[in-house]
Amino acid sequence: MIKKQILDAISMNSRRSTEDLAAMLNTGTDTIEHEIKEMEDNKVICGYPTLINWDKTDCEKVTALIEVKVTPQRDMGFNKVAERIYKFEEVESVYLMSGGFDLTVVIQGKSMKEVSRFVTEKLSTLEYITSTATYFVLKKYKEHGLIMTDEKHDSERMLITP
Amino acid sequence: MRDPLSKKVQSIEPSGIRKFFDIVSEMKDAISLGVGEPDFDTPWHIREEGIYSLEQGRTFYTSNAGLKELKEEIANYLKRRFQLSYDPAGEIYLTVGGSEAIDGALRAMLDPGDEVLLPQPSYVSYEPCIVLADGVPKIIELKEEDEFKLKKQQLLDAITDKTKILIMPFPNNPTGAIMTREDLEEIAEVVREHDLYVISDEIYSELTYSGDHVSIASLPGMQERTIVINGFSKSYAMTGWRLGYACGPKPIIKQMLKIHQFAIMCAPTLSQYAAISAVRDGDADVERMRTAYNQRRNFLMKAFRDMGLKCFEPFGAFYVFPSIKEFGMTSDEFATKLLEEEKVAVVPGTAFGRCGEGFLRISYAYSIDDLKVALERIERFIERHRK
Repeated sequence: MIKKQILDAISMNSRRSTEDLAAMLNTGTDTIEHEIKEMEDNKVICGYPTLINWDKTDCEKVTALIEVKVTPQRDMGFNKVAERIYKFEEVESVYLMSGGFDLTVVIQGKSMKEVSRFVTEKLSTLEYITSTATYFVLKKYKEHGLIMTDEKHDSERMLITP
Repeated sequence: MRDPLSKKVQSIEPSGIRKFFDIVSEMKDAISLGVGEPDFDTPWHIREEGIYSLEQGRTFYTSNAGLKELKEEIANYLKRRFQLSYDPAGEIYLTVGGSEAIDGALRAMLDPGDEVLLPQPSYVSYEPCIVLADGVPKIIELKEEDEFKLKKQQLLDAITDKTKILIMPFPNNPTGAIMTREDLEEIAEVVREHDLYVISDEIYSELTYSGDHVSIASLPGMQERTIVINGFSKSYAMTGWRLGYACGPKPIIKQMLKIHQFAIMCAPTLSQYAAISAVRDGDADVERMRTAYNQRRNFLMKAFRDMGLKCFEPFGAFYVFPSIKEFGMTSDEFATKLLEEEKVAVVPGTAFGRCGEGFLRISYAYSIDDLKVALERIERFIERHRK
């Protein structure tokens, strides 16, 4: 129960301090520390990456979504194939899919050229991969539950109400 | 020229909150913890439904009582959440916020001189509405040592042969107090014995933090003598949609509906369509907001404990009601000074009745980060003024 509460409380803000979490969940800081450590060890919490809108920086970043069809291997299924893909540093996410293709691979590169090179030279040449279809992301509106556009949102609540 | 004004209306004092509103509005960089409405936006699926209903051109009146489908969904909801059984045809109608229902219930039930028992501290509109309906408000002062609950003996002491109605404002604004089933059973017994009626304002019924809210109308023999008032403002963060409802015995609802028909016509059509989505699919939204409020409540209570500010633990609504008696100031002085010196706006307890003296209403309809900044300032303030 407390684990779920902690996860809910940090899922959208991993920078919450242990003290704040303890106060919010009405428990001690040692409990929070212990529970988080345990979840980190069990890989329930896998990391604390930062959600960055690269479009607002000077850095060029290109994201592509690739549909991959593979021939599953005897005794290994899809996992081995997935592993050979997700170990590439360029690869952001890999999902096993239901439906018309097998894996969704999200990759991020500096340029379209770099992404294309990855797909043509590294991904499609892997044995077991029968076909790929690459889609470039033109604009990110929302990621990880957060809206990335510049939508201003000043509260129009009155300052004092009964 | 003759005096154009009614003596009755003139006798009513303007809300004590107004003064603070005026000062705060002028002040740049003031932080307010004085708001009595949720900080969440109305969940998108509800807004979506509102937009769709406009696109569909649903811009006409509804029937006086409101959309049939909405009344049916409300009946399902009240059954599911609070074990209340109301017939959507004749026992429920939609109002312009809970406020209209308070006014309507009092006007439908009171004759001149009838006494209404009003526990305070409580929401600002009960007393004026009683006066406007020619009733006589009889204040019952709730006490901190009773966790601001209404006690049986207080009720017995206040009843006269003119007493007709008891107002039950729980979960309570401004104290955050709730009444448990056991608490309510004592009260219900007295109500039945003395043949009183109850107006139970349950607008905060979804915001309780120590188990589900219990409606007094769900106790034996109480449904026939209770008007339950509820609405969408607090549970679904829909204050600006102005939509509430009243439920009760057919003969009373029939008369309330008459007032509604002539004074209001119908609740906003757009809001009614959107509300169908709220009451049908909104349980998860309510849960999410309740969890957030509860975290903030815990956060505030911890901060008050740490700074040594005395505060009983409230289990409902989104307010805490700390005592400031140790500082030798009135609530009004304290709130004014806090605003002047630290630019934090809170509402003096006296805005909710004389017995709110010595207390402040602090709202936690704010993010943890906002609360943190405000709490730092409050701590600094009380360190400076502590005797």
